[in-house]
Amino acid sequence: MGILEVKDVNKRFGGLQALGDVNLSVQENTVHAIIGPNGAGKSTLLNCLVGKLIPDTGSVMFDGQSVLGRTPFEINQMGISRVFQTPEIFGDLTVMENMIIPVLARRDGSFKLRAIEDVRDEKDLIQEAEAMLDEVNMLDKRNMHSASMSRGDKRRLEMAMCLVQKPKLLLLDEPTAGMARADTNNTIDLLKTIKARGDITMCIIEHDMHVVFSLADRITVLAQGTPLVEDTPENIKGHPKVKEAYLGEAA
Amino acid sequence: MFGLEKKDASLLILVAVLTIFAPFILNPFPDGSALAQFNAGYPDLMQRFVIFGIFAIGFNILFGLTGYLSFGHAAFLGIGSYAAVWMFKLLSMNVIPAIILAVIMSGLFALLIGYISLRRSGIYFSILTLAFAQMMFALAYSVLTPITGGETGLQLALDDPRILSMASSTDGNIPVPSLFGMEMRDSTQLTVGAWKFTFNVGYYFCSVIMLVAFYIAIRIFRSPFGLMLRAVKSNQQRLNYTGLNPRPYTLAAFVISGMYAGLAGALMASMDPLAGAERMFWTASGEVVLMTILGGAGTLIGPVLGAGAIKYMENILSKINGDILHTWFAFLPDGLEDFIVTIIYPFIGKGWHLTLGIIFMLVVIFLPGGLVEGGQRIMQKLRGKSADTDSAKTEPAE
Ligand SMILES: Nc1ncnc2c1ncn2[C@@H]1O[C@H](COP(=O)(O)OP(=O)(O)OP(=O)(O)O)[C@@H](O)[C@H]1O
Ligand SMILES: [Mg+2]
Repeated sequence: MGILEVKDVNKRFGGLQALGDVNLSVQENTVHAIIGPNGAGKSTLLNCLVGKLIPDTGSVMFDGQSVLGRTPFEINQMGISRVFQTPEIFGDLTVMENMIIPVLARRDGSFKLRAIEDVRDEKDLIQEAEAMLDEVNMLDKRNMHSASMSRGDKRRLEMAMCLVQKPKLLLLDEPTAGMARADTNNTIDLLKTIKARGDITMCIIEHDMHVVFSLADRITVLAQGTPLVEDTPENIKGHPKVKEAYLGEAA
Repeated sequence: MFGLEKKDASLLILVAVLTIFAPFILNPFPDGSALAQFNAGYPDLMQRFVIFGIFAIGFNILFGLTGYLSFGHAAFLGIGSYAAVWMFKLLSMNVIPAIILAVIMSGLFALLIGYISLRRSGIYFSILTLAFAQMMFALAYSVLTPITGGETGLQLALDDPRILSMASSTDGNIPVPSLFGMEMRDSTQLTVGAWKFTFNVGYYFCSVIMLVAFYIAIRIFRSPFGLMLRAVKSNQQRLNYTGLNPRPYTLAAFVISGMYAGLAGALMASMDPLAGAERMFWTASGEVVLMTILGGAGTLIGPVLGAGAIKYMENILSKINGDILHTWFAFLPDGLEDFIVTIIYPFIGKGWHLTLGIIFMLVVIFLPGGLVEGGQRIMQKLRGKSADTDSAKTEPAE
């Protein structure tokens, strides 16, 4: 049994079969990549994992419990964090405030009324947020207004916000899209370091094959809502079906 | 100080000093002079400044921080007033129990109305709160006449029980609200030359409460709770996927701001012990929105400034009439005098709303951050200039 078990998931949008009989098993503390052409249903699949969408049929089990019917915040509290395809951060707040919120969410749960304490006095909380910012090389931007940063920086911030939660499962939807080459490499290094600690499972959607092959233990190829193959990176590389789905070549 | 950072503490001290010396600051013109009508340092108006300041401070906790625009907060103001007057009728003329019951009642109503209204966001939330407030108004105005006094409003009577104190004062009149014997309407006057300053018990009582309310608001702004409220405004999606439930946070903000409104309502009743349904009318709800935006939504001091500005215009501009204008411009040739008076006339007296509207539009268009942003810009200009001269002075020396 993997930490994440997706069974026979179907999702339709009107006449469009966005996901058709998706089965996916992700083993604990591995990196599982999901690749596939645009519109293959990759983001839709993630949406079904975090409670943004409810599949029409099928089941999604995380850590032995079903996530279906739970709200996004409950699913996050179970240990799933997600980096979105278009960065979702608190644009009105500073970088540091963006970091403090996930730390508070982990410590205090989904709701706790603390209206008298001053956030700035909670030194260990600040330290934890700073340490994570340092890890993504953004400590110098701590007082920046987060909406004014570049897209790549927003994405790195979002990743740091997810990582500081110490999730069991981290879902990354194209984490390097919109990043300069150097930043992409930094991101790969960061994710490698995180992976090497051996206490986090990652599910990564990515178009950049360099990123995929640097990180993934297993790869699932999704096309038109259905998994074509699932295998190790070495075997995926030369797979004819993959070439067909990805490059649109006639096999 | 009081667990506040230096900047917040200085702001609190500044506000405290200004409220303490308000009877002087607001009465800059000698009594009887032509400009004396611009003096705002009389008890009735000063009380209104601080009471509506409290109302706006509370409203800002909801609207300024979470972005949820309630169009029905006057309902809580009215509930506070009714609750307070009932305490005066049944218990005693001491303002403390009146205030306590008002805050509890408005909090309970806010819990109910907020719970239902917060199922929607944006314009639907605003409409729901408006609908609730208008229903409360209708209830108060006619349906619940035995409790609210209907059209005439709820008033004190000589035969009220007042079980903890006397039903009537020693001279046989209806007693007045007081704080352990200090009557709210008591004033002392100080005459300095041509100036006359009035120090009123009710005003200072309201001021102390406003300072406490302001202090609590600062704490909320800086707390984890306040941060969550700002996160609600910024990105609810991210908040949800970060494991946080926006609903109870927003509801808590709604209830707190409702309690602030109830507190303001109780103070209004404590200054003048009657409560009427018009206090809950939708225009009253709109007024606190204007105050908050005019002063600067989401800033600490903005709502207080906005409340002051609007109450000043309401009470001062509306008192200017055509005759007064003519005396001001009497030095001009007759034709020109009439011309200028004709132009200004629509903006004064009953037309003060027109002036308010124009000022409000100008602020929203040119100063989206309200009066606070205006102040900041002026400070920046001044600082920028002084910094320039500083560097000009220091550079040659280096
Ligand atoms: N909420 C929705 N309503 C209707 N159709 C949707 C919705 N979400 C996704 N779709 C459609 O489902 C299909 C799969 O979309 P999805 O975003 O999952 O693709 P993807 O694999 O993530 O593509 P990309 O690589 O471009 O991000 C697309 O055709 C998309 O238009
Ligand atoms: Mg996608």
